[in-house]
Amino acid sequence: MHAGRPLLSVRDLVTVFPARDRIVCAVNGVSFDLHEGETLGLVGESGSGKSVTCRSLLRLVPEPGEIIGGSIEFDGQDILALPPSALRALRGAQIAMIFQDPMTSLNPVFTVGSQIVEPLRQHRGMSSREAHREAVDLLDRVGIASPSERLRAYPHEFSGGMRQRAMIAVAISCKPKLLLADEPTTALDVTIQDQILSLLLELQAEERMAIVLVSHDLGVIAQTCDRVAVMYAGYVVEEAATTDLFATPKHPYTAALLDALPELAQQRGDRRLVAIKGQPPDLGDLPSGCPFAPRCAHVRPACSEVSMELMPAGDRHSTACPFSEVLG
Amino acid sequence: MSAVPPLLSVTDLEKSFAARGSLLRRSGGRRAVAVDGISLEVARGEKLGIVGESGSGKTTLARCLIRLIEPDAGTIEFDGVDVTHAPRAQLQHIRRRMQMVFQDPYSSLNPRVRIGEAIAEPARIHGVVERGGGDAHAQRLLELVGLPATAADRYPRQLSGGQRQRVAIARALSVEPEFLIADEPVSALDVSIQAQILNLLDDLVSSLSLTMVFIAHQLSVVRHVSDRVAIMYLGRVVEIAPAEEIFRSPQHPYTVGLLEAVPRPDPLLRRRSPAIRGDIPSPFDIPSGCRFRTRCKFVEERCASDDPALRTAEPGHEVACHVLPFKPASDVRV
Repeated sequence: MHAGRPLLSVRDLVTVFPARDRIVCAVNGVSFDLHEGETLGLVGESGSGKSVTCRSLLRLVPEPGEIIGGSIEFDGQDILALPPSALRALRGAQIAMIFQDPMTSLNPVFTVGSQIVEPLRQHRGMSSREAHREAVDLLDRVGIASPSERLRAYPHEFSGGMRQRAMIAVAISCKPKLLLADEPTTALDVTIQDQILSLLLELQAEERMAIVLVSHDLGVIAQTCDRVAVMYAGYVVEEAATTDLFATPKHPYTAALLDALPELAQQRGDRRLVAIKGQPPDLGDLPSGCPFAPRCAHVRPACSEVSMELMPAGDRHSTACPFSEVLG
Repeated sequence: MSAVPPLLSVTDLEKSFAARGSLLRRSGGRRAVAVDGISLEVARGEKLGIVGESGSGKTTLARCLIRLIEPDAGTIEFDGVDVTHAPRAQLQHIRRRMQMVFQDPYSSLNPRVRIGEAIAEPARIHGVVERGGGDAHAQRLLELVGLPATAADRYPRQLSGGQRQRVAIARALSVEPEFLIADEPVSALDVSIQAQILNLLDDLVSSLSLTMVFIAHQLSVVRHVSDRVAIMYLGRVVEIAPAEEIFRSPQHPYTVGLLEAVPRPDPLLRRRSPAIRGDIPSPFDIPSGCRFRTRCKFVEERCASDDPALRTAEPGHEVACHVLPFKPASDVRV
């Protein structure tokens, strides 16, 4: 499929957060590749490390977090070795990011217009007039009606959906090769989420952007991603093409997560939800071996010695569970 | 239908909120309409799901039911008693029978009160347990919601989100209510934990023969727990039907779009264009006529002038739409 070199190549990424008496490992040896025009989903529950992984890619890990191992290669550049000035030039221009809550990433005291115009002048060297014209085009492309008037509005005058559209306009303004989207629709209503996801896919097809989409929602992942990495307790436990992952999950956690979903097509009384027993893991106090073992229906003594390395389990399909044959 | 009177009946309920003015700018008397003439009934033992997006008024409706918010107009009757005009003492008695579980179990539990005490307290206040019987009562409830007895001595911050929601459920059940109002009880929880809580609610509602109003924005969750489902949009119920039916043959264009918009966890069922266009109108500025018309694919002239009332499409299935029942069925399939 993808013969060429990946646009983004992450190897053995480790990001930690020192706590009072221990070190919490939020990202624990994560590796993946992403090609041009491809969408990779990072899916997991709270504390799985999906957001921290995403932020690590731009070295935007919040204090006191720190990347202590691994490599991130983007378009031939070693991100972890870039000096701050080169990193700044990269952010927003070649790699853009959108967040869950656009209200916190748009500055409330500047007009929406000025926040789109500024990066165009900075990164693309446009004159004020060119940038203004481009901003009108961008708002129009992301589906904001009467764009030239809307440029003069402040973020609080926008609805949640419009703010996310404006954020996307800012993000694509410099034609990035890679878009990092961290739960971009989680704060939105379902009909608005639907619109924003369609918009993202449309823009991706036009611009050939690669996207890393972080979400806790398997529905969102199924609808948008080419490939999926499932995260649990800082590890990628399974990675596969989206269709393969949903059809034949090869890690017990993925399988359990799919079973726990109440489906829209499911009639009441058809089936009791298969809950995953127990509580989410405490990242500061993980068991040895597989962190999912205490909650796994197929647990066995050897689970405490599992390395959590991904192993091939089919065509471009890999799992960290050596006993995945139990899933049939 | 049946001769048995409903346990809860709501008639023409209305509630709006004044815009908050500021020092420099008066609100100008603008009001946000949250609940705009809602009537519905809940039979004893029934589980009614209420679905809506933000601004639909579902939470305001829930809170009006036990007068945590005072409605502006309309009546609420619970087991033959007028809740809307009940004096304080009587309201207290009604609230023992109608309990509420909220979305965020952290903000609904006092962080300084131990779990055991938090569960026993309402029972003591309402006289459900004798003085000194609180500990045993809390233990029974902890067991009922699947928490270890040792949880009684802990504080809310020492529990996970799912465990806290179990405590909130135990606390609501502490006064032996007949009617449970669950307002987005699993929305803040991870999928693996969400399933645990939904199963628990399901079990408890049947084993304790409770009646439940279950409010959520997630259709799949509502489908899983409800006998009947009401779809709300901008302060109105636009469609109400047995759960099976509303998912199998939705009638209102909003319901159809809402069902389509839910991202299915199935990569083989991908769609490329959005199901419903446009933004939800502001509750300060509700469109004339049908309030969904600004986003509706089937809009006609009369939709702007006439406000559609709920009409019976099938027995037990009511829809508030001028247009849709006359469209060929193939247009409205999900």
